[in-house]
Amino acid sequence: MSGNMNLTLKVWRQKNDNTRGKFVTYQANGISPDMSFLEMLDVVNEDLVRKGEDPIHFDHDCREGICGMCSLHINGRPHGPKQGTTTCQLHMRSFHDGQTVVIEPWRAAAFPVIKDLAVDRSAFDRIQQAGGYVNVNTGGVPDANVIPIPKIIADEAFESATCIGCGACVAACKNASAMLFVSAKISQYALLPQGQTERYSRAQAMVAQMDAEGFGSCTNTGACEAECPVGIKLTNIARMNREYLNAKIFKEIEVH
Amino acid sequence: MSKSKPLLFSTLGKKLIMSLTGLFLCSFLIVHLIGNLQLFYNDQGKAFNEYAYFMTHFTPIKIVSYLLYTSIVIHAIYALVLTIHNKKARPVGYAVYRGSANSSWNSRNMGILGTVLLVFIVTHMSQFWWKFHNDQVPYIEYRTDLNTNKTTATELVAGEFTDYMEYVDNGVAITKARDLYKQVAFTFKEWYWVALYVVSMAALSFHLIHGFKSAFQTLGWDHKKYAPIIRFVGIWFFGVAIPIGFAAMPVYFYLSN
Ligand code: HEM
Ligand code: SF4
Ligand code: FES
Repeated sequence: MSGNMNLTLKVWRQKNDNTRGKFVTYQANGISPDMSFLEMLDVVNEDLVRKGEDPIHFDHDCREGICGMCSLHINGRPHGPKQGTTTCQLHMRSFHDGQTVVIEPWRAAAFPVIKDLAVDRSAFDRIQQAGGYVNVNTGGVPDANVIPIPKIIADEAFESATCIGCGACVAACKNASAMLFVSAKISQYALLPQGQTERYSRAQAMVAQMDAEGFGSCTNTGACEAECPVGIKLTNIARMNREYLNAKIFKEIEVH
Repeated sequence: MSKSKPLLFSTLGKKLIMSLTGLFLCSFLIVHLIGNLQLFYNDQGKAFNEYAYFMTHFTPIKIVSYLLYTSIVIHAIYALVLTIHNKKARPVGYAVYRGSANSSWNSRNMGILGTVLLVFIVTHMSQFWWKFHNDQVPYIEYRTDLNTNKTTATELVAGEFTDYMEYVDNGVAITKARDLYKQVAFTFKEWYWVALYVVSMAALSFHLIHGFKSAFQTLGWDHKKYAPIIRFVGIWFFGVAIPIGFAAMPVYFYLSN
């Protein structure tokens, strides 16, 4: 088909976390600009399977930008050259014929490589489990909308809750810091009346887990915000700092 | 699940220390600049030398100055601790990393800028602070005729007298002081000192354009109304006015030679 492209891929191949990885060069030929980046990799993988070689491992699930499973550091940026998009939503028209594309996994001590481009992001799950929940009373089903919440606050909490947990913020940060993710998860509850019971213990527990997982600290470069596919704001990080310092300095009694 | 550690052992607590010491250093810069503007007086350094004596002998100021030295040391130590921690968080780096696509150069290089500042601070203190406190600056005597209000200055031979004196003798006000002003003028005769100072002030500018607003973010002081003010002050006051004010001093002495 006319308009199709030929690309040179430099892909990070690594057997598992205990072995050393290296870049391997592949040709991706006859790629339609309408394909997504992952479909392009599918084409390359079909070729590899046909040749009896080990296909490139990469994470994906929904392929419509909502699950946060896809990753990939593409030509120096998480989720590729476009802002506000996941890799599964990245179209090949963002590249040009003859281009060399370097594909690396998220690089962070807290995200060990499982294989090739797939990394283990269960550190995020453990942070969430440490405090990213609300207690709910048993009993009759409460009426909807019994708790008044100002629209602005509801919107703000909703925006924080749109974080899909992809880890691009960690991948983009020069310190591999998880502050944007953790702050979004803390904010979505701290803003709402339902989240008040555990408000201060949550901030402490989630920050403690974040540190224990080995993520870096925050230099406020703003790289995370710029690369986040759903536009989580730095304001969340300021809020988390506030929640945490407030908890530590004034509400120590509420530590787990 | 991990237990919550004491504040200062968490990454957020360490950043709290960075921001508090950093902001304290910022407040010092204001005082230091205003005081040093007296270098521009055309009075053979009288006001400046009197000020230098006052700043080194007034107890509350001495206390604050020790707080300041401590802050510099703590700021630098925590910068190192955090940098090591952050490097460990990414043991394998990227082959291709386009930081410029998502963040400013200075925000990514606070450590390098800070190291330049640390080298500068050590040099600067050894040139003036150390010499002033260890009797390695010249002495001067100012004689002001109280009738005509005319001041003359003569250099004093070292060893003849130490420290500072102020008295009136026969209608003439006499001040004897260490001539830090001359030490300044003498130092900035050399182009390489001028160059070092100007480059360091450029580093200060970049450090603070990011650092000032970053400190407020670290403290969680983020507000729709006030954030633009903080950003403005960080860029135009701490990033432009203060470094230019300091850099003007060596340039002025070099040119007036
Ligand atoms: C006049 C001297 C200095 C002033 C006024 C100053 C001010 C600041 C401020 C306000 C911050 C922001 C803190 C935050 O983000 O919470 C900062 C950060 C920083 N400073 Fe300084 N600083 C000075 C000297 C130094 C020195 C001597 C070093 C290193 C040896 C240094 C290294 C750093 C580093 C690495 C950061 C970033 C920390 C991070 O966010 O991870 N600074 N500084
Ligand atoms: S904050 Fe954004 S970049 Fe980070 S995990 Fe959530 S969605 Fe991904
Ligand atoms: S695969 Fe679900 S967001 Fe990309």
